[in-house]
Amino acid sequence: MSGLVAPVNRIIPFSAVDGPGNRTAVFLQGCNIDCKYCHNPETRALCIHCGMCVRKCPTGALQLVEGKVHFEPAKCVACDTCIKTCTHDASPRVLWMTVEEVITEIKKQIPFIRGITVSGGECTLYPEFLTALFSECKKLGLHTLIDSNGMVDLGVYPELLSVTDGVMLDIKAFSEKDHVMVTGFTNNQVLKNAAFLAKCGKLYEIRTVVVRELFDPAGVIESIAEYLCAYMDISMLRYKLIAYRPFGVREQYQTYESPDVSYMEQLKDIAIQVGFQEVIII
Amino acid sequence: MRPITMEKVETTRQEILDIITSPTLTHEQKLTNLAGKADSLLEVLDLPEGLEELLEPVEGKQCICDLFEGHAPMRPRYIVPDYEKFMKEGCKFLQLDAPKDFFEALNHLLIMYKHVPSITNYPVYVGALDKLLEPFIDEVDEATAKKFIKMFLVHVDRTVLDSFSHANLGPEETKAGRIILECEEELEQAVPNITFKYDPDVTPDAYAVRAIKTALKSAKPSFANHKMFCKELTDNYVIASCYNGLKYGGGSYTLCRLILGNIAKRAENIKDFKERVLPYVLDIQARYMDARVRFIVEESGFFENHFLAKEGLIHRDRFTAMYGMVGMAEAVNILMEKEGKNFRYGKDVEADALGVEIMEQIKAFNDSHEAPYCEATGGHYLLHAQVGIAQDQGISPGTRIPIGEEPEELIDHLKHCSLFHKYFPSGTGDIFPVEATAKKNPEFILDIIKGAFQMDLRYLSFHDKDSDVIRVTGYLVKKSELEKFKAGQRVLQNTTHLGTGAAKNGHILERKVR
Ligand code: SF4
Ligand code: SF4
Repeated sequence: MSGLVAPVNRIIPFSAVDGPGNRTAVFLQGCNIDCKYCHNPETRALCIHCGMCVRKCPTGALQLVEGKVHFEPAKCVACDTCIKTCTHDASPRVLWMTVEEVITEIKKQIPFIRGITVSGGECTLYPEFLTALFSECKKLGLHTLIDSNGMVDLGVYPELLSVTDGVMLDIKAFSEKDHVMVTGFTNNQVLKNAAFLAKCGKLYEIRTVVVRELFDPAGVIESIAEYLCAYMDISMLRYKLIAYRPFGVREQYQTYESPDVSYMEQLKDIAIQVGFQEVIII
Repeated sequence: MRPITMEKVETTRQEILDIITSPTLTHEQKLTNLAGKADSLLEVLDLPEGLEELLEPVEGKQCICDLFEGHAPMRPRYIVPDYEKFMKEGCKFLQLDAPKDFFEALNHLLIMYKHVPSITNYPVYVGALDKLLEPFIDEVDEATAKKFIKMFLVHVDRTVLDSFSHANLGPEETKAGRIILECEEELEQAVPNITFKYDPDVTPDAYAVRAIKTALKSAKPSFANHKMFCKELTDNYVIASCYNGLKYGGGSYTLCRLILGNIAKRAENIKDFKERVLPYVLDIQARYMDARVRFIVEESGFFENHFLAKEGLIHRDRFTAMYGMVGMAEAVNILMEKEGKNFRYGKDVEADALGVEIMEQIKAFNDSHEAPYCEATGGHYLLHAQVGIAQDQGISPGTRIPIGEEPEELIDHLKHCSLFHKYFPSGTGDIFPVEATAKKNPEFILDIIKGAFQMDLRYLSFHDKDSDVIRVTGYLVKKSELEKFKAGQRVLQNTTHLGTGAAKNGHILERKVR
C-alpha cells in the first residue's frame, strides 16, 4: 500500500447520519473555506503546536515533545477542554494516519457496515489519500462516499472518481455574493463540480444549511434545481435541508435563528415543487 | 405427598389474605396468585438432595431459581399450539369447524387464545399471524382487512394481559404481515410481543425495513436469526414468551435458572468454581428439572386429558425444557476479584474469555445430561439465557453486560454478544435503544442486523429511546403505564408490575442509547 498519510480528526465506527445504511465515518482535518455557521470549527485547521491546550488537559493525555504536541488516546477522557482552549480552530487529538491504519480501523466494523463516508474538515484536500483509501475499500466490497464543500476541482481526479460511489455536496448558497458572505469564498468551483458530478452520475446528495439571516433559502433551492436540470434528472437526487442550530458554532456566530419545523416544511414543499423527489429535513 | 409444617400453613394464609386485599392487583391477577399459593402447600416432587438450600430465596445467596412454577406443575410452562392445524381442521372441544373466511379466522384465533394454558395463564404464543391470515387476506379489500386486523390486535392487547405473549412474522413477505406491521406501528401497544424471523436470503430488504420502522415506533418486532434457529430446531420452530426458541406444536415443560453470580460467591477461586462448585449446582438443577418434567408427563395427567393434546394441536414428543442461567457478568467479575485481578466482564478480553469457558462447561454438562422426555431435542435440555425477573437485584440477565457498563461503541457491544448468543437455542437476546436519527435511516439498523446474523448473533431488539413502548428485558411495557402503576393505580397488564420492579432494580430505563 502507499505510504500516504492524512490528518484524521476522528473515526466514528457506526454512523446513521452520513449516507445510506450503517457506515463508518472518517473525518479528516483541515478546511479551505470559512463558513460562519461551521458546526465543528475545531476541524478547520492544522495544529501549530503552540502548546496552549497541553497545559489545560486534565488527564495528561497531551504532551509537548520536542516542540510538538503528542497525543495519547488511551489517557483521553473526551472532555473537549483542548478544543475549547484552542484559538486556531485546530485539535491536538488529530492523528496522522496511513491508509493502512485507517483501513484497519474500518475493517473492525465489517460485516456490520455497508460502506464508509469520508468527511471533514474538507476531505478533498487529500485527493491522493482518498484515492488510495477508496481503492482499498473497493477491495473489501464497501460503498464509498465523499462529503465535500466542492471547492476542489474533482474533474481533475478521474482515478478518485472511479473508486467513489458518490459525492454528498454542500451548496451553501447560489449567488456568488451570498456564497462569499457565508464562506468567505466564491462558488464557481462548487457549481462546476455539481454539474460535473451530475453528468457523470456521481452526485449522491445536495445539502444546504438553512440560515435565513445569510441568504434566501427558497431562492437557493429554486436556482439549484434550474441549474442542475440541464445535467441530470433531479428527481433522482436527494436534497437534504439542514436547519441551522447553534451547537458547536463559534460564539460570534451563535446568534442566528434556528429555523422552525414549519418553515423547514415550507422549504421542503418548494423543493418538491421544483422537481426534487427525496427531500430530507434535518 | 409429604406433610408440611403448621408454620408454613400460617404464612401462606397470611399471604392469601394479602393477595385478596391488595389494592393494585386486578381480579385476574389475584386469581393467578391465589392458585399459586394453593399449589405451594403441596410437596409431591421427588427433589434432589441439597436442592432446598440452593433454592432458598435469600438475596445474594440463592443459586437456583424455579421462577415460581409451583410445587406441583399441572401443565407445561410454555405451550405452543399448532394453530395452522386448528385453522385447517377446527377444534371439537371448542365446537368450531375450520374457519370459512377472514372474519371467522380472526374470531377463531381469539377464541382459542382463551383456552391455551401456560405459566402466565395466557398464551405465550399466539401464532405466526401472517401465515395464519394470509390465505384469507384477499377475500376482503385492504381497508377492511386493516380495520379488522387492528381490532383483533387491540382485542389481544386488552385481553391477553401479559406481554410474554408472542406472535411471529416472516421470513417471507406477505400482505397480511405488512398490514400487521402497519397496524402495530399505529397502535403502539405492548401485547403481543412480536418476533420477525429474518433471513437475508428470503426476506426482501424493503420488507425488513418496513418491520424496522414499526420497531422504531413500538419497540417490536424483534429480529431472530432464522438461519441459526432452523439449523438447531429445524424450520418447525417458533419464538414464544420473551424470546424462547421452541418446537411448533410442542413447548417447554419447565424453566429453571442458575444464578451464576451467587454460585461464584461460594467458590474460593476460578479453579474451585469450575471443579467443585459449578458442577455441584449444575447437577442439582438438572435433576430438579428432571423431577418437574417427570411429574408433568407421568403424574399431572395433562397430556392425557387436555384437549390440545387429545386433538393433536400439541404433541408430547415435541416438548423439551429450558436449562436457564442468569448473572454471567457478576460471576465473572466476582471470580476475577477472587483471583485478585481487575478484569471486568464486557470490557476486558480476559474476563470475556472466562465467560466463554464457563459457557463451554455448562454446555458440556447439558450435552451429557440425559433429560427425560426430551427426545424432541436429542434427549437434552436447551440452554436458555434467562432475561431476569423484577426482583433481581445485582443480577444481569443471561450473559448480558450490566446496564451502565456497556461498551462505548455499539460495535464492541455486538462483538461481545457474538461470543455468547450461539449457546442458547431456547433463547437469548440483546436490546439496543437508538437515537431518533435511525428513523430517517432504517437501513442503518438493517445493516447491523445483517452483520450481526453473520456473526452468530441470535436475537436483537431495537427501540427508539423516546418511544412510549419499550422493551424491559424480554417483554414490553408502556412507560405511561409504568407511571400510572407507580402512582398507585391499577393497570391492566401483569407485565407492567414486573416492569416497575425492573426499572427500579434492573435500571432498564438507563440502557446506553446507540
Ligand atoms: S479531550 Fe483534550 S483536554 Fe480532554 S482529556 Fe482529551 S486531550 Fe485532554
Ligand atoms: S491544538 Fe490548538 S491550542 Fe493545541 S497546540 Fe495545537 S494549535 Fe495550539
